[in-house]
Amino acid sequence: MASPPDINIDYVANLARLALTDQEKEIFSRQLGDVLRYIEKLGEVDVSQVEPTAHAFPVSNVWADDVPQPSLPVEVALKNAPVQRDNMVVVPVVVE
Amino acid sequence: MSSDLIFKSAAELAALLEAKEVSSVELARAFIARTRAIDGKVRAFNSFDEADALAQARASDARRAAGQARGVLDGIPVGIKDVIAVAGQPLTASSRMLANFVSPYDATVTRKLKDAGAIPWGRLNMDEFAMGSSTENSAFHPTCNPWDLKRVPGGSSGGAAAAIAAGETPLALGSDTGGSIRQPAAFCNIVGFKPTYGLVSRYGLIAFASSLDQIGPLARTVEGAALLLAVIAGHDPLDSTSFSTPIPDYRAELKRRRGPWKLGVPREYFSAGLDAEVDGAVKAAIEFYRESGCEIREVSLPLAADYAIAVYYIIATAEASSNLARYDGIRYGHRSKEATDAIDLYFKSRAEGFGAEVKRRIILGTHVLSSGYYDAYYLRAQKVRTLIRNDFMRAFQEVDALLAPVSPTAAFQQGEKSSDPLAMYLSDIYTISLNLAGLPGMSIPCGFTTGGLPIGLQIIGQPYQEAGLLAIAHAYEQGHDWHTRHPSL
Repeated sequence: MASPPDINIDYVANLARLALTDQEKEIFSRQLGDVLRYIEKLGEVDVSQVEPTAHAFPVSNVWADDVPQPSLPVEVALKNAPVQRDNMVVVPVVVE
Repeated sequence: MSSDLIFKSAAELAALLEAKEVSSVELARAFIARTRAIDGKVRAFNSFDEADALAQARASDARRAAGQARGVLDGIPVGIKDVIAVAGQPLTASSRMLANFVSPYDATVTRKLKDAGAIPWGRLNMDEFAMGSSTENSAFHPTCNPWDLKRVPGGSSGGAAAAIAAGETPLALGSDTGGSIRQPAAFCNIVGFKPTYGLVSRYGLIAFASSLDQIGPLARTVEGAALLLAVIAGHDPLDSTSFSTPIPDYRAELKRRRGPWKLGVPREYFSAGLDAEVDGAVKAAIEFYRESGCEIREVSLPLAADYAIAVYYIIATAEASSNLARYDGIRYGHRSKEATDAIDLYFKSRAEGFGAEVKRRIILGTHVLSSGYYDAYYLRAQKVRTLIRNDFMRAFQEVDALLAPVSPTAAFQQGEKSSDPLAMYLSDIYTISLNLAGLPGMSIPCGFTTGGLPIGLQIIGQPYQEAGLLAIAHAYEQGHDWHTRHPSL
């Protein structure tokens, strides 16, 4: 495992759609740098013959019959919408 | 009468209800009154709906009067960590992002509680989005440990643990992703139980890390945890990660199974960094089992001890960065008023809605999944996860269960670790590995420090062997009275 370059915090925050202040960028870079340095120890482990575990127990391909069921009524589904009109969620312009 | 009721176990309350010596309305009133009297100091609750709780209690009394009580927990209040959906009630995850969100549906566990006649009530404080070990990351206010109000109750289910310890509710549901039920239970002198991954449905649980999260019971006694577990456990078609397995009568099993058992003690968990008094209390508990006829064997979990935290903070943050992508200010949750267009809306809503720890974890999780880093971090962590799980499975070939500390220390002071995220992460060392391996585990009271702070014993079980785990815990509890102590508030 290569030694960790510092997190490119601008790049990552952009991917995560998080607007950070300059102060946050500085503090988080430092704190997460500490964490990444700690995490480096995983490089010590021999994982050459090991399968990854995505989840602890072998449950896979869980099928459900394609049977229509009632779902949330529109008024209920929109109860928490910040702005709504005509059974739709109103959002700022997406496409010019 | 009230002051007697609030510290009774769930089983005792159920017996009083059945004998008609107390009504569900009287119970609800007692716990609500207690909460009103002291929660100003403890701050376990984000909110509670008194009218709704009393209406449920009246319905329970009516059922009982008509000879139609639904089961043992009919009429018993169960506090709900503010991360589990109850229709018509706030669901905030103690975050500004969801401060005004009202759940439109019941979680499966909520529905099961109601079907059993139990009374889900209150919204219990937590670390924001379940990220934390002290409840100091709540966006609203910290919760205070009822045993020492200047100390943390633990986290992230700190509100749930503090509420039970303070006599505000007899039972509660919490969630555990890296220790968030077990550690606050240990800090607050109560019982906290994390089931095997897949035993309890996650439908209606606000997702943090989908391969690690589990809902579980908190209670005053092992029997109370067993009663609550029996209600919430079971396969759910709405959760494709939930497991189909017969659910035993946990209460009957914990009384029926007497041991002796083969118990393993992981040698790596008793090294430097473990507080001497915690070490002493846990070792005394191990001695109790030995004197009761159990065989005690040293086992080794080398990878778990050294690498579990590193693995967890890659996998959990990666999964969290994905799960929290849904909070974009569009359909629900906080929406910024400052945004110029839709993308700007995402950036600003998320910046305004999330607290610092949540932002840190999203950034770390995004980083370890990003192109160029995925193999070195995320994929590698998944492989070490396999090896950690193998460590446990190897130990379980020789023993029935493991005994260990829950936390390296008893409850720490407010502010003591909050400025050093890594120090906070390292305090999860004994609890985190179970979530990675999917194993069941619980904390039970096993003593106090000379300063009067509770100490918990962790018991770790084999997959889907909750009945055995509960029986082993019950055997210890029967021989001690730590759990009968309560703080003076």
